[in-house]
Amino acid sequence: MDLATFLVQCLNAVQYGLLLFLLASGLTLIFGIMGVINLAHGSFYMLGAYMAFGLAPFFGGNFIGMLVVGVLLAAAFGYVLEWLFFSYLYQREHLQQVLMTYALILVFEELRSLLAGNNVHGVQAPAWLAGSIALGELMSYPVYRLFASAACIVIALGLYALVNHTRLGMMVRAGASNRDMVRGLGINIKLLYRGVFAAGVALAALAGMIAAPMSSVYPGMGGSVLIICFVVVVIGGIGSITGALIASLLVGFVDTFGKVFFAEYSGVGVYLLMAVVLVWRPQGLMRRGY
Amino acid sequence: MATQRLGWLVPTVAALVLLCLPTVLSPYAQGLVAKIMVYAVFALSLELLVGTTGLVSLGHAAFLGIGAYVTVLAAPESGGNALIWLMPLAMLAAAAYAVAVGLLSLRTQGVYFIMVTLAFAQMAYFVFHDTKLAGGSDGLYLYVRPVLGLGTTTLLDPAEGRQLYLLVWAMLVATYALLAMLTRSRFGHALAGIRVNEQRMRAAGYRTQHYKLAAFVIAGALAGLAGCLLAVKDGVVNPELLSWHESGAVLLMLILGGLGHLRGAVIGAVAFTLLKEFFASEGLVGPLAAHWQLSLGLSIIVLVAALPRGLMGLRSLWRPRG
Repeated sequence: MDLATFLVQCLNAVQYGLLLFLLASGLTLIFGIMGVINLAHGSFYMLGAYMAFGLAPFFGGNFIGMLVVGVLLAAAFGYVLEWLFFSYLYQREHLQQVLMTYALILVFEELRSLLAGNNVHGVQAPAWLAGSIALGELMSYPVYRLFASAACIVIALGLYALVNHTRLGMMVRAGASNRDMVRGLGINIKLLYRGVFAAGVALAALAGMIAAPMSSVYPGMGGSVLIICFVVVVIGGIGSITGALIASLLVGFVDTFGKVFFAEYSGVGVYLLMAVVLVWRPQGLMRRGY
Repeated sequence: MATQRLGWLVPTVAALVLLCLPTVLSPYAQGLVAKIMVYAVFALSLELLVGTTGLVSLGHAAFLGIGAYVTVLAAPESGGNALIWLMPLAMLAAAAYAVAVGLLSLRTQGVYFIMVTLAFAQMAYFVFHDTKLAGGSDGLYLYVRPVLGLGTTTLLDPAEGRQLYLLVWAMLVATYALLAMLTRSRFGHALAGIRVNEQRMRAAGYRTQHYKLAAFVIAGALAGLAGCLLAVKDGVVNPELLSWHESGAVLLMLILGGLGHLRGAVIGAVAFTLLKEFFASEGLVGPLAAHWQLSLGLSIIVLVAALPRGLMGLRSLWRPRG
């Protein structure tokens, strides 16, 4: 493998990892703070991708504008969904949460098929991001992928600042480490839950919107990404944003280079990584602290 | 008291009724009941894990799929008297994977356990889906059904509907009896103790990890048996057998029937399969049939919300619990 190929694969790995981070950070916070296991998180990713497909014609070249509108719509959707559905799950057992969110997936998939059909769609990258940059003599790298990585880095930094340096973030961190204490201290836990859930949905939908021009938009796209997100959460440790970041990048590298070296068995690599972490640190890499 | 003493009566009568059913059933209904019985074996195997031991596994379909694949891969091309060793082989293969998954996943608890079992099931799914080991995403066909025989005499030939029904029936009864004995044994009481309070069991001197692993492996092996029956029944296997939708469906059967009772698992298998058939049959629900997932999903949400103890919990409506 020459240097240029290696570099391209590294860029791919980072880009995939960062995208996973957007999904997994919301998932890990929802686990950590509300204690809800949400199988439907992958559906929010799918929602984002289909939003990109549906909204793109209205915005033309204004891709950033579309992302902003999409994120706001997704957050509003998450807010309402928490209010109408998820807030009733907090007091229930994990098994019931699993089943009800599983049923929610069936509902979402069917609504998707009613609204958008069962065809595979493509979403065009905006014109100003459509080119590619030459790397060495033979290789080139699409600008859009660089944009995707950059966007994810901006959001990750924003999330880090929000969680670690604001009063709201303090409440979120406190909620992840001791829910009952936060409730006891008189913080409006209902609103906090609703906000965290809406943010989780918005992040997942954003990941879907960013991913849409790179991968096609298709039925069932939420399912496989959900399980990878679970692996990320298990590796990183529940409730830890830093853990989610490290784990996402690890999974990104293992998956990308697994595809290069062991084409057929590449699907297994990520799970072997998880097995190693389980032997070494069953509570996840970053169970405590941020 | 009376209900305690007659606890064996209802399952026995139900088994006898099931045995006699094919005489009045159409071939379609007979096939449907056979399918339900296979899923009942599958649900019973998970009941040991979820209902008895309190371990919620979201990856149980992996063992079903491995059992099914091993059956098709190992079956002799000419068929023949192979079922007698194919069934134990399928169980052994599923149990072997259960040992590996159990050793790793039982290092975790609660939500982690759910996610880890799901992830390892997905790993098995990818092995069958992506590689050329076993037909890839198209799956494999079992062209000639192996038969169950002793020596040179054929006892049951699953290629014939009625005999397949009898085979599945016998396996369901055997599984139910085995689990009924197991849950009443010292081992079963220890598992129930782990569900209620694991720390206390550990303090009482039980090696709870070993007990949990044993339960996990037994459950895996029985799911492998269900997989073997499914392969013999359908004559085809594909990676979707291992998909997490299948794992979710079997969990649904358990909670639909009612956790903590063996008969709950069987009732759940019946209820879930019929519910699915109902929502997908055009004659009954009209144009909604094309969107069965929507009606199934919504009714699951309502059922789980309204009946947290499942259909078995309905008993308390007319019989006060005491």
